[in-house]
Amino acid sequence: MAGRLFDKVWDRHVVASPAGEPPLLYIDLHLVHEVTSPQAFEGLELAGRKVRRPDLTVATMDHDVPTTGLDRPIADPLAAAQIARLRRNAEAHGVTLYPLGSPEQGIVHVIGPQLGLTQPGMTIVCGDSHTSTHGAFAALAFGIGTSEVEHVLATQTLRQAKPAAMAVTVDGELGPDLTAKDLVLGIIRALGTGGGVGSVIEYRGAAVRALSMQGRMTVCNMSIEGGARAGMIAPDDTTFAFLEGRQHSPRGKAWERALDYWRSLVTDDGAQFDREIRVDASALRPAVTWGTNPAQSVAIDDVVPDPGSLPTPALRQAAERALTYMDLRPGTAIRDISVDTVFIGSCTNGRLEDLRAAAEVVRGRTVSPRVRALVVPGSARVKAEAEAEGLDKCFTDAGFEWRSAGCSMCLGMNGDILAPGERSASTSNRNFEGRQGPGGRTHLVSPAVAAATAVAGHFTSPGDL
Amino acid sequence: MPEKQTGGVQRIAGRAVALNRRDVDTDQIIPASWLKRVERTGFAAGLFAAWRADPDFVLNQPGASAAKVLVAGPNFGCGSSREHAVWALQDFGFQAVVAPSFGDIFRNNSVAAGLVPAQASQDSVTRLLAALAADAQAEVMVDVAACTVAIPSAGLLEPFDLADYARWRLIEGLDDIALTLRREQEITAFEAGRPAWLPSLAGQGG
Repeated sequence: MAGRLFDKVWDRHVVASPAGEPPLLYIDLHLVHEVTSPQAFEGLELAGRKVRRPDLTVATMDHDVPTTGLDRPIADPLAAAQIARLRRNAEAHGVTLYPLGSPEQGIVHVIGPQLGLTQPGMTIVCGDSHTSTHGAFAALAFGIGTSEVEHVLATQTLRQAKPAAMAVTVDGELGPDLTAKDLVLGIIRALGTGGGVGSVIEYRGAAVRALSMQGRMTVCNMSIEGGARAGMIAPDDTTFAFLEGRQHSPRGKAWERALDYWRSLVTDDGAQFDREIRVDASALRPAVTWGTNPAQSVAIDDVVPDPGSLPTPALRQAAERALTYMDLRPGTAIRDISVDTVFIGSCTNGRLEDLRAAAEVVRGRTVSPRVRALVVPGSARVKAEAEAEGLDKCFTDAGFEWRSAGCSMCLGMNGDILAPGERSASTSNRNFEGRQGPGGRTHLVSPAVAAATAVAGHFTSPGDL
Repeated sequence: MPEKQTGGVQRIAGRAVALNRRDVDTDQIIPASWLKRVERTGFAAGLFAAWRADPDFVLNQPGASAAKVLVAGPNFGCGSSREHAVWALQDFGFQAVVAPSFGDIFRNNSVAAGLVPAQASQDSVTRLLAALAADAQAEVMVDVAACTVAIPSAGLLEPFDLADYARWRLIEGLDDIALTLRREQEITAFEAGRPAWLPSLAGQGG
């Protein structure tokens, strides 16, 4: 029978499937960070339980770590206490930790692939909704809550109802100024915020195959913004080339055996999906969100839409609310909107390729005097690699701040926030109300558009400069 | 019998708050600044913190602090995986959320923590919202076993969906981990069959 990639990975991880209960799924890798784990470790200890597989668990600090002044104590006492708690929990339970200051510290979803811990056909979970990132490697990877974190710590399994399988097929070719970020914002616009609820998406088609691993991670990362549990992309030579030689990748004969298995992780011809949507990559333009959810985006050449043009009353009402919050008027050209802050970073767009794309745009140019611009690498290693290429100098010469690795202004837990009423162009994943600080207004864009916007002071594509 | 974790929830009766918005994300339910806490309780003041700054917001209406049921629009709890969103709703006093659809992670977190995620049709939710708009004090009754939500004073009795296993878990208040550990032999047998090439952090230190 023709099988789907998702079923092949799912079926291989079912430990038990008792009648009337959701299947019990084995978890190959559990990523842990400081924010969603303390209550899980506490629950484990209160029940007198142990971490079943510390060897399949890895922890780092990313959500509320400072991105400046790492030589000084953490100023925020709550963040300092939470970070200290993770250190204590990792030590007490024998969990490998890449703490602040370690050369391997960074955003969980950046360090997993970087270390070669993320491999095709694995199940990966983390108390973070952007765990879907790892699906770029054909891993089944999804976010969980703290009770489920505790369940995985104790049992290395999860009880999960099997999601539906959806195909998002992207035909055609992305234009020259276009990136994976523009592609995924286009997909989410087509899907709607809740369009993927209850589903695992497989991204397919020529435009997906043409993406680098970094681009595939950007696409899978934002699956959750369309409501999907996870996103997956079948592995190919691009995937294998990325994995070969990484610290945790198999070697020698084991590499050959793994490759044989990985090559089987494709959806067979003739397999049916529960739902399929198609997107034409060649019709896309650089995307800018105008509202307060990631489905509310338009092309940079476009104008702020009129809520009255939307198809349902609920969407019209949501758009009106969003425009009030964003302080925008229908019909305003996107390029005429000025920004106060530009943020380049996050698990969506904080990898080396993203920083290179932004640096390419700012090289020899200067950040607008009205704009505060910061670059926050996704991991300490990304930072070191960027510095080895001189990207840091390129950014600082232009007037960007060059920070240390962390989630930073993507969610504003660490003090890197927008002031009330401030407007940002951000390469992150969520433009929710207050996401980057209470009263802050976020517009999601690609690293290239963010960089060009920093230079111009208003939304600009690299081609405009 | 499996260990009891929470008290379990069979029937809920009390006031409801109507939040007629779609795509209410978990950043609104509990802002990120609250996530630095390492406790499971004490989140009530953070619930919808930004929206509560508006005196007209529904949670600021008289009597809202006694509400047990929240009725909301589709895709409630989308976004971040933070279970703190569920804890904040519970700390405020909510025992059930009725909506046409939920974010997947929020739904799982709710069942795990003992908050009832009652998925009713859009038509049912529209009727419930209309009844609450007419009488904000109306008593709302959620019957978890029967999967119904009623507003008797308005003559409404609406069905909702809740997977059988989730319903059983909520009614009994069971400890998921204790249930799973009954299958430890199967887990161990599964582990014996995992390919040797899979990554391991053994001996990594950190």
